[in-house]
Amino acid sequence: MKRKKEIFYLVSLISGILIMFFILLPLIKMITQPSISSLKEAIKDKEVIKAISLSLYASGMAALISLIIGTPFAFLLARKDFIGKRFIESVIDLPIVIPHPVVGIAILSVVGKNYWLGEFLYKMGIKVMGSVTGIITVLTFVGMPFYINSVKDGFLSISPRIENISRTLGASMTQTFFRITLPLALKSMLVGIIMCIARAISEFGAVVIVAYHPMVAPVLIYERFEAYGLKYSQPVAVLLIIVCLILFFILRIISLTKKEKAL
Amino acid sequence: MIKIERLNIQFNNFSLKDLSLNIKDGEFFILLGPTGAGKTMLLEAIAGLIPVKSGRIIIDRKDVTKLPPEKRGISIVYQDYSLFPHLTVKKNIKYGLKFTKINKSLADKKYSRLIKELNLSHLLNRYPDTLSGGEQQRVALARAFIIDPQVILLDEPISALDPAFRQDIKMRLKMLHVSTSTTFIMVTHDLADALSLGDRAAVIKNGKIEQVGTIDSIFKKPNSAFVADFVGAKNIFYVRYIDTKAILNDLIIETGQDHKESFGYIAIRPEDIVISRLPIKSSMKNIFFGRIKGITNHGFFYEVSIYVDGYDFKSLITKSSLFDLKLEEGAEVYISFKATAIHNF
Repeated sequence: MKRKKEIFYLVSLISGILIMFFILLPLIKMITQPSISSLKEAIKDKEVIKAISLSLYASGMAALISLIIGTPFAFLLARKDFIGKRFIESVIDLPIVIPHPVVGIAILSVVGKNYWLGEFLYKMGIKVMGSVTGIITVLTFVGMPFYINSVKDGFLSISPRIENISRTLGASMTQTFFRITLPLALKSMLVGIIMCIARAISEFGAVVIVAYHPMVAPVLIYERFEAYGLKYSQPVAVLLIIVCLILFFILRIISLTKKEKAL
Repeated sequence: MIKIERLNIQFNNFSLKDLSLNIKDGEFFILLGPTGAGKTMLLEAIAGLIPVKSGRIIIDRKDVTKLPPEKRGISIVYQDYSLFPHLTVKKNIKYGLKFTKINKSLADKKYSRLIKELNLSHLLNRYPDTLSGGEQQRVALARAFIIDPQVILLDEPISALDPAFRQDIKMRLKMLHVSTSTTFIMVTHDLADALSLGDRAAVIKNGKIEQVGTIDSIFKKPNSAFVADFVGAKNIFYVRYIDTKAILNDLIIETGQDHKESFGYIAIRPEDIVISRLPIKSSMKNIFFGRIKGITNHGFFYEVSIYVDGYDFKSLITKSSLFDLKLEEGAEVYISFKATAIHNF
């Protein structure tokens, strides 16, 4: 018995080391490859700054949209049972499993002028293809499931009894939601936002089909790689990673302090 | 008065069927019943937290069946305390005041009184998860009472607590019942709690009421085998009556009263059966000889099952009498019980 356990322990240890190498080696190599001067150059490069800013802005908007329309829906999914709920939950997970270029093509097919929705948007003066609007649309499409699932889990972890108590103490459903449910779900909402932004910022396949220009960071990295090679795309990649890490670090700190307060 | 008229509920595989019940103003009413009987569901229906299929709930001559929970003037206290984890004890207690139109000085007075009555003054700035179970339940009670509820619903408020806190919460519940005009409705499966706190009780089984009455009457005169079994009369036998005697094969049990029916059930609570090594000389009419079949430890008590002429009798005795009598499996003993300890139904 003891021997078996040892072998298993060894196997899990080795696989752990392998996985760590697999993830960290390329990342560390890439981060340490570019020289400081090439990084400085990249920071001064207006095109790079523009692309990273656009990535952040569009992902942030995707998270904001998810927050506004995803939160009430996540609450509904967490609290009510209805016929077809399983189906709706799988629909929400669909964007996670659909291949990315297919997402781009699917979105383009409904915003084309030969489709009623596309025609309507055109009349409203809203341009999707090759626009920031298009990028935000795509990023919301791929990022929202992560937000909704995270927040739904957050709501599920709050006992409905706490809400019941609030109701019997005189609070309406809306008052209960804002005074009790929302503060308790805040952490899962922040995690949801991080997940949504992380997913959105990394999107390439769908964005490149809907809007090659204006360029988001992944598209710019791809273009630099295609046109000039590895050496010229690396500094941009490193900058994007640094910006993302800073952002997630800040959000993480906020979410941790929130948690401590609640405890 | 709370009148529940022909209430039907179907919710998450649980249901209440045509349930009617009257609860008097200011009384301490107990709901008894096994798990899944629908006790909590009945409480949540009274509070307006679950939808009612048909029937009416009338509180103080006002039909509240369609009212949302916040308009009913009812507080609920759960077994798991359900305090708001992100609010301090003080904010938890004062939560309900935000939504009432009660004037500030009166509210403050009530707040201070509850803090004092429930001994919470040293905990006000703490968060719920730093409190013991008993402390949390006291906070939950203060929070529930600050809005001066007409009715307070208690869902097994004592069962989750450590034995050390149980007595304390029980005593405080009693105090609150005396000091307020609130009607108490408490779900419990602890008969000791029911006996020490309740005025009247209802036994619920499968969404239906089996028996309603004073606690005493439910204990002493269970009207069905189910109620008898539930309130702890483990010795239930189907007997034939002859005059005042109940015949159980070769056992002739003196019941002390005449019976109209020729067949029926008798029940004897285990604590009413006395075990002895020699036949006891006393007023007890029923003395039988038997052999100990098994002894199980129930913490404070031991349950001894005695095989008498083909029937198992259960008796509860303390640890010390178990040792004094040197009881063990296979030992030959006498069991005795009074005629008045026999319940018929």
